[in-house]
Amino acid sequence: MWAFLGSDVLFFGTLIATHLVYRGQSVSGPTENILDIPITSISTFVLLMSSLAMVLALSGLQRGKMGEARFWLAATALLGSVFIGFQMYEFAEFANEGLTPRTNLFGSTFLIMTGFHGTHVAIGILWLWSLFFATFNGKIHQGNSLEVEIAGLYWHFVDIVWIVIFGVVYLVGAYGAEEHVEEAGHAAAAIFGIG
Amino acid sequence: MAANTGILRRPLAPVGIWAWMTTVDHKRIAVLYGVTAFFFFLLGGMEALVMRVQLASAESTLVSAATFNAMFTMHGTTMVFMVVMPAGAAFFNFLVPLMIGARDVAFPRLNAFSYWLFLFGALFMNFSFFMNAFPDIGWFGYAPLTSNEFTISNATDYWVLGLLVMGVGTTAAGFNFVVTILNMRAPGMTLMRMPVFVWMTLIVAFLIIFAFPPLTIALAFLTFDRFFDTNFFVDIGAGSDPLLWQHLFWIFGHPEVYILILPAMGIVSDVLPTFTRKPLFGYSMIVFAGVVIAFLGFGVWAHHMFTTGLGPWANAAFSATTMAIAVPTGVKIFNWLATLYGGSITFKTPMLFALGFISMFMLGGLSGIMHAVTAVDSQQQDTYFIVAHFHYVLFGGAIFGINSGIYYWFPKITGKMLSEPLGKVHFWLMLIGFNLTFMPMHILGVIGMPRRIYTYAEDMGFEFLNQIVSAGAFIIALSVIIFIINVVRSVRQGEPAGDNPWEAATLEWSISSPPHHYNFAVVPTVRSQYPLWDENANVVLPPALPAHDEPVMPDPSYWPIVVAFSITMVAGGLIIWQGHAIAGLTVIASMGLLGMRAIYGWVLEPMEDEAHVSVHH
Ligand code: HEM
Ligand SMILES: [Cu+2]
Repeated sequence: MWAFLGSDVLFFGTLIATHLVYRGQSVSGPTENILDIPITSISTFVLLMSSLAMVLALSGLQRGKMGEARFWLAATALLGSVFIGFQMYEFAEFANEGLTPRTNLFGSTFLIMTGFHGTHVAIGILWLWSLFFATFNGKIHQGNSLEVEIAGLYWHFVDIVWIVIFGVVYLVGAYGAEEHVEEAGHAAAAIFGIG
Repeated sequence: MAANTGILRRPLAPVGIWAWMTTVDHKRIAVLYGVTAFFFFLLGGMEALVMRVQLASAESTLVSAATFNAMFTMHGTTMVFMVVMPAGAAFFNFLVPLMIGARDVAFPRLNAFSYWLFLFGALFMNFSFFMNAFPDIGWFGYAPLTSNEFTISNATDYWVLGLLVMGVGTTAAGFNFVVTILNMRAPGMTLMRMPVFVWMTLIVAFLIIFAFPPLTIALAFLTFDRFFDTNFFVDIGAGSDPLLWQHLFWIFGHPEVYILILPAMGIVSDVLPTFTRKPLFGYSMIVFAGVVIAFLGFGVWAHHMFTTGLGPWANAAFSATTMAIAVPTGVKIFNWLATLYGGSITFKTPMLFALGFISMFMLGGLSGIMHAVTAVDSQQQDTYFIVAHFHYVLFGGAIFGINSGIYYWFPKITGKMLSEPLGKVHFWLMLIGFNLTFMPMHILGVIGMPRRIYTYAEDMGFEFLNQIVSAGAFIIALSVIIFIINVVRSVRQGEPAGDNPWEAATLEWSISSPPHHYNFAVVPTVRSQYPLWDENANVVLPPALPAHDEPVMPDPSYWPIVVAFSITMVAGGLIIWQGHAIAGLTVIASMGLLGMRAIYGWVLEPMEDEAHVSVHH
């Protein structure tokens, strides 16, 4: 699992890097000013809470408290679904305001990056529900809590990636830190001859 | 609880085509990889011969410029992704468990899944030939050639989706081998006792899991550009930059060349000790050099882009890293030479190919250092000099190394020896043909023949050397025919090999040829780097187990091939979707559902079938 996560870091790294390199290159249509920080802060909080629920689920299972484990597994999955709901709402809003992947570069890089992340969350939700139901027919029990631990590892990872995206893409995008980031970005872009 | 998670019965019979399609035995998967890679080697070779006949005379009109473009594109893509990589995978699969004293890889069904994705992805891409849409964008598919504007047919769609499908399988295989090597070693098999081949496999597996994500993302961007009109690489007016593709591709591309060459280095490092009768010189140095190469390999990609105007700083930095990476490579070569020094050498065919590898690969490395210098490279870029360089490393290096491995382990895989005389004819013909083909290309490049042209004027002075090159290509083809004869002859009536025909030192030679499906009757305990040479660390295993004592092995499963099939068909659905939206969506949806169903079938299916387990317990 660690190897998988290490490799996944590269996936997201490439996506975020592409987004940053293309920052400020869009020539038409809405860009970063479209981002809704308050709403996304709420959904970020929801996702963070789901990580907490995941920790509680694992701890419940390890202590053999099946009821607790089930409750928190379901809670994690539900919080994840709420996050996905927020994201769908966000995408729909953007489409209303005229931003789709084909509108401009911001649309392409932003929507595909966050979409790829959303897919990760969705896979996680499926996985969590599968574990949830597996607790009922005895396939998941105290003795193989490792199964849940691995799912948890994945879930926390997806959560952390979101924090990075939220920080680098949303916050920096909306409020700037402009000079420094932009300068560094341009320096890097200049070195590689892009932009 | 029913052990059956699908509609069909689990196929448990050990023979027949169904058994091969559902096998999870690493040795059988290895054979599948090997045979498939050889098939594509013939295909890619045919494409090369078409090019060579076309170029053998000035102003030839045998094929059109468009066909020629398709030929070099599919030749390159085939040789890299469908020949050398799967050939490496064949060796990983067969050897790694045997060399580390394991009974299989960590995830046997995932292993089968990787193979089927590779096969289906490769067939998918080549299927484009029948749809009159053979990819023609070069093996590195530079933007904006790949855009909808410049590829009107589906050719690029087949290319990008085929690579994506194969890439998923490769990445999965990378995880599998990392976990196998780190977790499944026999007692006493410490990391520093592993054969060099296992080390190189470990490094390649890490390279795969870190180099394939950038490629996958680049391919995904390209897919969006082509199918959903995004603007990642195409429309400069919209602010995008085609150089981004080059960066992403080569961040993958340079580590990829080490993915291609390190297995061959591993093979040679294990062949040399056997035929010099002495341990490898500087084992830990060779291992360490491999690790260094892997790290540096991620820091040199822009040497493929010296002429794109990156600016002096970037060019200087990447020149320096590129020269630096030659150091660990040189270290290995000196270690191999030192291994030969003072050894009692026997020139059996595997040894000949190993020596061929060292000398030819060294020539390729030397021309590599030449174009590490930006100023020199601006002269050589896109000329036949570059073609000469990468064929010396890929053919002279990788293919010679792979051949050495085939001759060396064929007896273990089949239980039969290959013929030595035929093997020697094969080697010498290939060596001569290879040098006739690729040595003159250096000169052609220097006198100015550009790469990827389909013809040239008579008064350019290219014709004579090109004739030599084309003649050489046919000598290589002849040597391959001799190899085929050798294999067929040996399978039919080859001498039995015995357990250890070369008196080699590593674990795989301690068991029967071919090995039992469970590999080791008892899991060996290892106390030396050369367990079969070391008197007081020798491993002696019981020859075979009575049937009722056989260890329980994972049973065949048809889920991997079903999942792989559905993934490939989803890609097919995307292509259909462009012409017929409804039909395409139907294919995508139904295959997506089948895939989901199959994944659940796979996850819920126990490793060993109940019917089987109950026999033993
Ligand atoms: C001593 C080590 C090596 C050095 C210093 C080196 C250097 C280079 C450089 C600078 C280029 C770019 C040339 C250009 O496009 O103008 C290049 C191209 C290439 N190299 Fe190497 N190389 C080395 C080893 C290898 C190995 C081990 C392989 C594969 C097994 C390899 C395969 C290739 C290929 C396929 C290309 C051509 C890519 C293309 O189509 O543009 N090289 N090499
Ligand atoms: Cu390179």
